[in-house]
Order: sequence, then structure tokens, then C-alpha cells
Amino acid sequence: MATVAAVIASTHHPFYYRASTATGDDRPPFADEWVTKIEAFRETLTRAEPDVLVMVGSDHFHQLWLDNMPQFLVGKAPFFDANFYNEEREFGLPRMTLRGQEDLAAHILRQGLDADFDLAFSNELRIDHSITCPIITLRPQADLPIVPIYTNIFAPPLPQPKRFVQLGRTLRELVESWPEDKRVAIIGTGHLSLELGGPRQFGEHGPDPEFDRKAVDWIASGDIEGCLAEVTLDSLHHPGNATHGFMDFMLMMGVAGDGAKADYVDSLDLFHTMEAYFTWYPNGVPA
Amino acid sequence: MSTYLLDKFLFTVDRDPALVERYREDPVGTVTWWEQEMANTLLHCIPAEKTTWLAFTPEERRALSEHDHVALFELGAHPFLTLTLFIAMFERDHGPLEYQRAYGRAMQHISMPYPDIAT
Repeated sequence: MATVAAVIASTHHPFYYRASTATGDDRPPFADEWVTKIEAFRETLTRAEPDVLVMVGSDHFHQLWLDNMPQFLVGKAPFFDANFYNEEREFGLPRMTLRGQEDLAAHILRQGLDADFDLAFSNELRIDHSITCPIITLRPQADLPIVPIYTNIFAPPLPQPKRFVQLGRTLRELVESWPEDKRVAIIGTGHLSLELGGPRQFGEHGPDPEFDRKAVDWIASGDIEGCLAEVTLDSLHHPGNATHGFMDFMLMMGVAGDGAKADYVDSLDLFHTMEAYFTWYPNGVPA
Repeated sequence: MSTYLLDKFLFTVDRDPALVERYREDPVGTVTWWEQEMANTLLHCIPAEKTTWLAFTPEERRALSEHDHVALFELGAHPFLTLTLFIAMFERDHGPLEYQRAYGRAMQHISMPYPDIAT
């Protein structure tokens, strides 16, 4: 059976690639500290020696559109091309091609359907920065096969927060029941408080530092119950109009498990939004 | 109300480099052309299989034709789509983050709850 080698939850900041590769006058003052933190975070994945990456993210109206919008979708294909013209344009992201782990995708789809998650699927999925940002930060050599899983945190009506947690718990079971002797890291990215296209965007900090502080505490301590008691689809509007991306963190809390304290926690207060990085080792911290 | 169609305009223009430039340079002409030729094109289907019923309201048409991102927000257009497209069109005329901050400042009068973006 497969082993969950690491569970990783992270923000996905599309500006990291450009900030970390910029030189001279183009290099922002926060870049060096950011790179130092990312390199330490990357080491938490490297140390787990994964063979396969399950990547949870959310398409930002790149391939998925309102005429045909899935709530939860699994990519099942031998390859995934990545990043779109408008992400190259705005963020300078490179084009990439990642290998897919089709047999694990098939297993997650079949067993997920049988576990009462009506998962959609795609056999030709171009993935966006919600998945390529963590590849760039955590596995820049992009050498491991992936199974991308998309959630709808973007186009209402959205699934309830508890459904994200439930899917996370189930995803953990599905990976652990995959009959291959492989080490799988489950990586998911979302947001803390975030405002896009509204009056609170691009401030000196994230739009709601108090929410961010609570969110980091919930995730770091595995306090699913406390988080679900406070977070609703309505409440997530208040910290910022794009804060529903926090539900991908809730999904990852479900993967990590109730009361599972993160083995690695870090954050970085940037303009516009706070970065946060978490790693759990369900089978013990690697040597 | 045709919030979906507003979003469809923003989505189809934002993903096409030529349309981004055309909308920047000629918003009125682009919106007129798009509503006539593109609004009822069903993505992934052949041209003959057109939708028959999609049209902008006068206020939606005006907001798009005047690059009025504040009105688009108030009409419930998806803020991510509007922001991304408007950055593509206008960031180049400003210093670093200057456009994004001005974009937010222009909406300071808008309070919670924000307009519904459900389609």
C-alpha cells in the first residue's frame, strides 16, 4: 500500500516566481527573506522523499468555465501542460509540462465515487498557478508525476466548508488504499484573507490580519472543529472577497486529520496577503 | 441582469492577447462587435449551435463600453476577471502597483456586503 510521506498546505502566491528570479533594481526588498523561507519549506518536502504528488488547487477561470463548472475535479492524464497566457502576462510564469500518475488518478476517481463524492474528471487538463506555484516553490525540478485535484472556491454556489474537510479526510484514505508501494505527498494550496478586485486589495498587509492569525492557529493545531464552528460560506466574505480559497486549507486539514499538529509552521507577512506554510508527517518525521 | 454574460465577455477577452489590445484601444467598438458576434457563441460547439437569448442590459453595455470597473463590480461581475483584464490593459501606464492601488481606492465607497457575484 502507498504511504502518505507528507501532507503540505501552503498559500500560492503567483508573484513568488518573478520576485525570486528578479535581480538588481527589479528585485523587491522582501525577496531575499521570502526565498529563505521557501527554501526551508521546500526542504520539508525533499526530506519526505516522495515518489508522487497529489496536488490540490483551484482553477481560476482558465480552463473551467461557467457553462460547465465542476465542484471537485480530478485530472487523469499522462501529462499536464501548465500555465496560461494571462498568467505569463501578469505573473511571468513559465510554461511547464508535468507527468501524470494516471493509475492513482483512476483509483481516486473510482474509490472516491464509491465513497459518495461525485467527482468530475478531465483527460486533458491544463493546470494553472494554483498547482504550478507549489511546484515552483516546493519541487522546482518538476520531476515527479502528479494527480491534480481542483476544487471550486471561485464560482458560487460553492460546496460547504465541511465538504472540503470531508473530501480531505477521504482523500487521505484513498491515497493510503492505493495498492502501490509508493511514497505520496499530498499538497494543497489556498489563501488566507485575500481581496481581489475590491476596495481592500493590495494593502500593506492582508485585508484581515486577525483572521489570518486565527487561521494559522487552526491549521497549525489541526483544530478542525474550532475552524468549522466559525467558518461558513457567508463568514468568508468578511476577511476579503477572495477568502473562500481558505477552504482548500480546510481540505488539507482534513487530509492531515483531526487534532494533527503540523510538524512545520511558517508564515510571512507580505503586502496584499499573508503567506503561510505547513507540513505534517503522518508516519513520523523523516530522519 | 446578465451577470453571466458580463463574465463571459471578461473571460473571453482576457484570454486572447489580440482582444485585450482591441478592447483597450476601442472599447465601444469591441463591446458592440462582441455582443453581436460572440455573446451567443457556445464555447466548445460549432458556430451553427448558437445560443439564442443572451444580451447585455443597457447598464452592463455602458459599464463595459466605458471601462467602468467600479460599475462592473457593482453589477456583480466576477472581481477576479475584471481585475485581471484591467491590469492587462492599464498597468503598463503606471508605476509598480500604482494601478492596482488606484483601482481599489476608486471603490472605497463600497461597503460590505459586496454585490452578489453568483451567476
